[in-house]
Amino acid sequence: MTTQASKLSEVSKLSDVSSWGRRGRVPHHVLRPSFLDDATAAVADATAALEGDGPPLLAFGLGRSYGDVCLNANGRLLVTDRLDRLQHFDASAGVVRAEAGLSLDHLLRVIVPRGWFLPVTPGTKFVTLGGAVANDVHGKNHEHAGSFGVHVRRLGLFRSTGETLTLSREENAELFAATVGGLGLTGLITWVELDLAPIKSSRLETETIDIPDLDGFFRIAEETSRAGEAWPFTVAWVDCLASGSGLGRGLFMRSRFVPEGGLAVHRDPKITVPLDAPGFLLNGLTMRAFNGLYRNRPFARGRKVQHYDPVFYPLDAIGGWNRLYGKRGFYQHQSVIPFPQARDTVKRLLETTAAAGQGSFLSVLKLMGDRASSGLLSFPRAGATLALDFPDKGEATRGLLLRLAEIVLEAGGRLYPAKDAVMTPEMFRAGYPDWQKVAALRDPRIRSDFWRRVTGEPA
Amino acid sequence: MSAKNILVLGAVSAIAQAYARQRAPSGARFLLVGRDAARLAPIASDLVARGAAGADTAVADLAETDAIETRLAEWRQNFGAPDEVLIAYGALGDQAESEKNLDIARKAIEVGFTSVAMWVLALLKARAPDAPLTLAVIGSVAGDRGRASNFVYGAAKGGLDRFLEGVTHANAGTPVHVVTVKPGFVDTPMTDGLPKGPLFASPDRVAADIVSAIEKRRRVVYTPWFWFVIMTIIRHLPWFVFRRMKI
Ligand SMILES: Cc1cc2nc3c(=O)[nH]c(=O)nc-3n(C[C@H](O)[C@H](O)[C@H](O)COP(=O)(O)OP(=O)(O)OC[C@H]3O[C@@H](n4cnc5c(N)ncnc54)[C@H](O)[C@@H]3O)c2cc1C
Ligand SMILES: NC(=O)c1ccc[n+]([C@@H]2O[C@H](COP(=O)([O-])OP(=O)(O)OC[C@H]3O[C@@H](n4cnc5c(N)ncnc54)[C@H](OP(=O)(O)O)[C@@H]3O)[C@@H](O)[C@H]2O)c1
Repeated sequence: MTTQASKLSEVSKLSDVSSWGRRGRVPHHVLRPSFLDDATAAVADATAALEGDGPPLLAFGLGRSYGDVCLNANGRLLVTDRLDRLQHFDASAGVVRAEAGLSLDHLLRVIVPRGWFLPVTPGTKFVTLGGAVANDVHGKNHEHAGSFGVHVRRLGLFRSTGETLTLSREENAELFAATVGGLGLTGLITWVELDLAPIKSSRLETETIDIPDLDGFFRIAEETSRAGEAWPFTVAWVDCLASGSGLGRGLFMRSRFVPEGGLAVHRDPKITVPLDAPGFLLNGLTMRAFNGLYRNRPFARGRKVQHYDPVFYPLDAIGGWNRLYGKRGFYQHQSVIPFPQARDTVKRLLETTAAAGQGSFLSVLKLMGDRASSGLLSFPRAGATLALDFPDKGEATRGLLLRLAEIVLEAGGRLYPAKDAVMTPEMFRAGYPDWQKVAALRDPRIRSDFWRRVTGEPA
Repeated sequence: MSAKNILVLGAVSAIAQAYARQRAPSGARFLLVGRDAARLAPIASDLVARGAAGADTAVADLAETDAIETRLAEWRQNFGAPDEVLIAYGALGDQAESEKNLDIARKAIEVGFTSVAMWVLALLKARAPDAPLTLAVIGSVAGDRGRASNFVYGAAKGGLDRFLEGVTHANAGTPVHVVTVKPGFVDTPMTDGLPKGPLFASPDRVAADIVSAIEKRRRVVYTPWFWFVIMTIIRHLPWFVFRRMKI
């Protein structure tokens, strides 16, 4: 055993890693290969050397997941950020194939000038293709476009058994379904082939509409859905400090690409948060002030045309914004509730949050459609999705998160693993009835802290 | 201007890859040289997907000084004359080992200085009269002052700096432009053995500085720029202060 342990320390360094929520840093043996052959060799080698008791492996993209899906305490972490080469770009058909560590940030720089955009994008461009597949991420156009996985044609998977596979809906379809939204558990995704969406310009028209309360949200959101592709991108910001008759008040934003304005790409972030903010910065008072300002900021209402960067990625303008939550970090709650119960359940969630007095800065509400990827553990489903964030104040915060989770589950909804840090095994099984199919197809050498937590499997 | 022919010596280097990516959308044609064909192939595909007009590859140990002129002649036949060359290959070496084993020290000097100087001379010799030629050569801030912790590597990079200064002088008034690039710490495989802190720049950042130094026809560029300030201070520290420092 000692020789094996020293071999491991030769190939990798022990460093502390945290996810985007920054609640604690945990030691990992970090590997950072520059080429796919090194990456697969690391998976295969370490497996051979560590057969038996050796620490398991997990892929890590840009660590934009908030909880523990991208962590593997005391195990190995294969960081993919250097595996970022394009393999093929057909700019007439809009199909791109690239190594799985390529970030959406870099991909956009290549495709936008040639008239293409991501078919689906999350609220930050600092995620990798592999991470986008593994969490089967969704964006503001979920009602029309479905999740990221819908647009993945094929992908490459390397398993610790030494198999190099191509997965698609036709080829190895079962493993494809287990890998899309599969939380990195089925193997190392080596490359991804993606269908892009055509654009005529990189600018969008956005209309911002006041919503006085929760009914107001559902009214305008449903009306916008019925209008079809007229406004494919929608999202609402909710003032989670409002209660009583104002519960659910906020702003509804809907956007669409416009034909004119050129194909300029985004720029680098302008500001970076260099240090952890002091813990008192985000308190009830600043939260109230922020929510008030956001709602009442001048020129918020009405229509305007903007570049895609502020429309899709407002938080990317401030590098390392997660440090604003201070040393202790923060939690996210994101759930989806199926339609019949959606309105009442969202109401209960907002009431519970307001009553707990732990309001969140950015509370986001939107509808999701029924266009499903084949992912067995994919989070999105038709209904309403609510996202809240809470600075970590210890047990009180965890308690609130668990209460919210229970409300979601009672309504037949589920929590988003990419954001979650509190789900119990019971909640996971109830929310993801296909979990055992993925468990059966999981790569035996791969494990995450999330998986250990929700299955109760030993480390 | 028509698209450029760009020769990259040490094309697998992380800095070289970032530089070539930034050059690719202009429709440049690349000849990528490195030691490992299996590494050069994905780099070439990446550049083509990003808009390069072509990306050929050639395998060579660039420290083999005897082969330099024949290789250049062969590439000139197949690829044409380069308009721009990035010389990026290099190795950090091991100072302690170099002091124990002179073969290792000699290798370090050959890789970091001798072979690079020979490539520069050979490229200039092969240049057609009046043909423009841009040579971007990666040195290091480590060449600015000899330091206990890595003076073999540092001396090779420092010697290169003097050498390129002379080349620039000799070619004043010709369409030859030489830029000496002096990066500080860069987050690449070369420095994976060191603890990485906030002073580490990304290869993208360094590559952007190389591209802009070429375009502005600078002779020397520190990248990121603050290394100019740091190295000016370090170069001017009086000896009685410097000798006590553990750097
Ligand atoms: C500001 C912000 C806004 C966000 N908005 C949205 C949103 O609107 N919609 C949404 O869906 N999500 C959103 N997210 C979450 C984010 O999109 C996901 O967490 C995403 O998966 C992160 O990608 P990553 O590359 O950082 O992967 P990581 O977080 O590092 O890893 C995520 C998972 O992917 C796996 N993985 C990564 N690479 C590979 C690979 N090559 N092979 C196998 N497995 C791999 C990891 O093991 C892990 O399970 C947001 C996050 C932030 C910070
Ligand atoms: N990283 C830094 O902090 C830093 C700071 C200052 C200066 N620099 C300089 O920047 C340059 C690029 O380095 P990098 O940071 O990009 O590191 P890198 O990614 O490790 O690249 C170095 C490359 O040089 C190649 N090489 C070494 N000897 C060679 C030889 N004899 N023939 C052919 N190729 C050879 C290596 O090839 P193989 O892959 O085949 O080994 C490797 O691809 C170097 O000159 C370095 O001295 C780096």
